[in-house]
Amino acid sequence: MKKRLTLRQKRAITGFLFILPWFIGFALYYVKSLIQTVQFALSKIDIAASGGYTATFTGLDNFKYAFLEHAQFNQVLVNSLIDILLDVPFIVFFSLLMAILLNSKFKGRGLVRTIFFLPILLGSGAVLETLELATQNIQGGAAAMSTEMAPVAGVNVDYFLSILLEVGLPVRLLDFIVGLVGGIYEIVRASSVQIIIFIAALQSVSPSLYEVSKIEGATPYETFWKVTFPMVSPLILTNVVYTIVDKFVNSQVVDIAYSTAFTNYNYGLSSAMSVISTVIVCLILLIVGGLITKITFYYN
Amino acid sequence: MVRNIVDQIRDLKNDTVFINKQARYIHIFKSLLFSTFKFIILLGISFIILGPIINIISNSFFSSSDVYNPSVFLFPLRPTWENFRLAYLRLDYWKTLGYTLLYVSGLTLIQLVITSMAGYGFARFDFPFKKLLFACVIITIVLPTHTIMLPLYQHFRNWDLFGILQVITGKKYNLLSKETPMYLMTLFGTGLRSGLFIYIFRQFFRGLPKEIEEAAFIDGAGMWYTYFRIMLVNAIPSVVTVTVFSMVWQYNDMFYVRLFSMPTSRNITFRLSTLQSTVMFLDQIKDPMISQLYVYAGVLLVLLPILIIYLILQRYFMEGVERSGIVG
Repeated sequence: MKKRLTLRQKRAITGFLFILPWFIGFALYYVKSLIQTVQFALSKIDIAASGGYTATFTGLDNFKYAFLEHAQFNQVLVNSLIDILLDVPFIVFFSLLMAILLNSKFKGRGLVRTIFFLPILLGSGAVLETLELATQNIQGGAAAMSTEMAPVAGVNVDYFLSILLEVGLPVRLLDFIVGLVGGIYEIVRASSVQIIIFIAALQSVSPSLYEVSKIEGATPYETFWKVTFPMVSPLILTNVVYTIVDKFVNSQVVDIAYSTAFTNYNYGLSSAMSVISTVIVCLILLIVGGLITKITFYYN
Repeated sequence: MVRNIVDQIRDLKNDTVFINKQARYIHIFKSLLFSTFKFIILLGISFIILGPIINIISNSFFSSSDVYNPSVFLFPLRPTWENFRLAYLRLDYWKTLGYTLLYVSGLTLIQLVITSMAGYGFARFDFPFKKLLFACVIITIVLPTHTIMLPLYQHFRNWDLFGILQVITGKKYNLLSKETPMYLMTLFGTGLRSGLFIYIFRQFFRGLPKEIEEAAFIDGAGMWYTYFRIMLVNAIPSVVTVTVFSMVWQYNDMFYVRLFSMPTSRNITFRLSTLQSTVMFLDQIKDPMISQLYVYAGVLLVLLPILIIYLILQRYFMEGVERSGIVG
């Protein structure tokens, strides 16, 4: 006789059915692919004309090659990582600030919000690449940044720089400032999603907390550090993780791995590069995550 | 005389009406200062964002004589539609756009159903290894896709349904150069940023009151009926959020399109990236300064539809962000 299932078991089965499509995809595309990537990284891959491939195990040769012999990989990896680590605090802080501004009530808020989320449409993929290519065709990569700023503002940036130099500011400091100013566009462009997440977080803070702090006579400054900041701190972690991953996916390391695979057809080396960069980023995520969890305040 | 003034000042110090007035003026001044400051910051950043767009718009109307005229700034002397005409022609605009929109909305629809189902499953049901499986969802969010791109490429290069098809027909299928791989991946919940959407839906469903489902259950609704007819309807805010994100990202995505070498003629953003070289070779416009104008016009043409969709959905979208979702 068939044993009847309890309600709990029934619900468990239904629940599993709900996530089944995802589970199949995860097993088929993620787990299998991850294992294969590691396998590729440890072997020399010969691609047959029919599209198949043969793998010969070579141990750590690909890793050695990537670190010791490849012309650019080391440099690009280190540069990308430094870029990521420098930009993340700026982006997160900036987006928190903007979220607070956009969350307060003022005339024309809808319009400003729409403008702020435009970079989601502009900032990614083909449009950006096309524009960069178009600028590069004229200027060559390095000069592209200053021209990007200059015609928009209608100001001669070089002229201002020369004035600052004549005043006697150290060149190093000036370089840093120029880098920061040139980077503002990057930061603004990279922080739209983070602003959205922070606005959602700010909306979920209960108004009674603000009422209490107002009645108790807290200044806005104190209210920010004692109420707003702790309440949105769980989302800071989310945003930091999102920013790191987003920056990493768009970094040059990925480009190098991609071109190694599809221009030079060196699958093994490309996989090794992917594995190295991914492991490093995961380590960074773990360390940063650990640090941030310590200052995070959980309401419940 | 002096004594008189000192007395007057002492009187003023004790005069509460005066003190209140003073406090009020300081307060008004402060808030005025703050809103000016806020206004300047918001204006500046809006300008940073809009600057390049304004530049693109004005440049797309430049005629070739305006490009080399140093006195022309933002407003062209001889505005022309020629750039748009040629970009429109070379993009094969309506046909490509139609294909792309079909592709993007198909993927978005599948992604909505699959990720919301998974999110609901994680939010409401208890089954063994649930925590571990959800950790796997987080991994798919965090793990950069390029790590697994080669195996994926090989997988779809020699595609086979668990080795069954090879036994029957004796060959493997090459699914590349078509959109099929993307449909398959999306169908199995591992499409473009599916992990993030599962996360958003799970957070949202967790926030909904359990009583709704219990009432439906007592009234005799099955679990699938409850999900499609009741829960999904209640989840409209996050459905809109996910729709906007999904459409915009799919529309802009180049990584998968390139990886699976989908045909250029069908994907409008991909086609845009080759527009400059097309114009250079087909129309013999070799000067990059001038062929760039066509790219600007093309960028506007490509952005316009997604901008319109975004503007239509954005009111609901903001509401969705505020009410739902992402936070839980």
